Amino acid sequence: MSFESAMARLGGTSLSVGSVEACSIAKGETLADTIRVVSGYADAIVIRHPKEGAARLAAEFATVPVINAGDGAGQHPSQTLLDLYTIRQSMPIDRIDVALIGDLRYGRTAHSLASALSLYNARLHIISPKGLELPATLAADLREKGMEIVEHDDLNDVICDVDVLYVTRIQRERFPDSASYFNVASSYRITPELLAGAKDHLIVLHPLPRIDEIDPRVDELPYARYFEQSRNGVPVRMAMLMRVMQ
Amino acid sequence: MKKTENEENEGLLVRRIKNGTVIDHIDGGEALNVVKILGITGTTQEALSIATNVPSRNMGCKDIVKLTNRELSKEEVDRIALISPRATINIIRNFKVCEKKGVEIPSLIVGIVRCPNPGCISNTNEPIQSKFAVLPKGLHCSYCDWVITKDLTSYII
Repeated sequence: MSFESAMARLGGTSLSVGSVEACSIAKGETLADTIRVVSGYADAIVIRHPKEGAARLAAEFATVPVINAGDGAGQHPSQTLLDLYTIRQSMPIDRIDVALIGDLRYGRTAHSLASALSLYNARLHIISPKGLELPATLAADLREKGMEIVEHDDLNDVICDVDVLYVTRIQRERFPDSASYFNVASSYRITPELLAGAKDHLIVLHPLPRIDEIDPRVDELPYARYFEQSRNGVPVRMAMLMRVMQ
Repeated sequence: MKKTENEENEGLLVRRIKNGTVIDHIDGGEALNVVKILGITGTTQEALSIATNVPSRNMGCKDIVKLTNRELSKEEVDRIALISPRATINIIRNFKVCEKKGVEIPSLIVGIVRCPNPGCISNTNEPIQSKFAVLPKGLHCSYCDWVITKDLTSYII
């Protein structure tokens, strides 16, 4: 929706094909064909797709610019640009301590943000349930680029040291049953009590939607920046659309 | 010079061919994967001879593949380098070796290896071939960024 808002504010219009299930792909059309057809209808294509690498495939077949708005458990680069913009509004990004918490295996926003932060000499603290850790190949890549990555079992161990706390949703379907989900999810919940020892300038970000990861009482604290972060999605995506269509 | 017993045995195992390609110095046990990677199946036309675990002075043991009436191109043979970088290729014409070359690891391999990531777009019915960049750390999927670091042969299409 934020891309549609961005396009409208730029004075353009957008044609939405809705979900993959709702368009020709559900009838058996390949994504390649869909992209070739849509290339004739629009000046740019913004694609969100459940398969990793879908945006790269789309870029191979499109005759107009393609923006990746999320590909499966892969990447979410436009979210990362607005994440960086939101951080930059509060502090210089260079050499900061960022904690990523939640589902880091399937969380594409965490993948893209971690990759981007490796360009800023940031130190990464990762806290995730067993089985939902940052993919080993991505972690190896980041370390190869010189990024320091510190793994923690408990956010309490590191909350005093971080400048940015980036919370991601833990999805219920990743667990065998509801009981184990609730058990894990509750131990990764951000509360005002947990934030009591945090740095004054800490900011808490979340790509939204949230479920139970952040206690609503945190919304009232100065740390909470996730709604501002969400709003930033519009100007950042306006800039992206402008850039690709220039 | 008198042939050793091993060399004589090798001659019995793998006969000379008149025209075609001999792939020598394949790592022991990899011949069947080499054949697979070249896309040679029981339904293709070539007469094929395979010798596995032949004693070799330099390699301990090696495999040999002989293909009659087919000269492999450089692009084809370079794929072999992924699983057997010491392999040598001999192009045979009228029983004589006309060309002898090593294999080079290509920088990009297309349509040879399946991406292990079930969520990768290359594992769908899209009209594309798998594409991997060959990097020091392994094979990097050009679509989903998955990196194959081991068991490469189990992903050969």
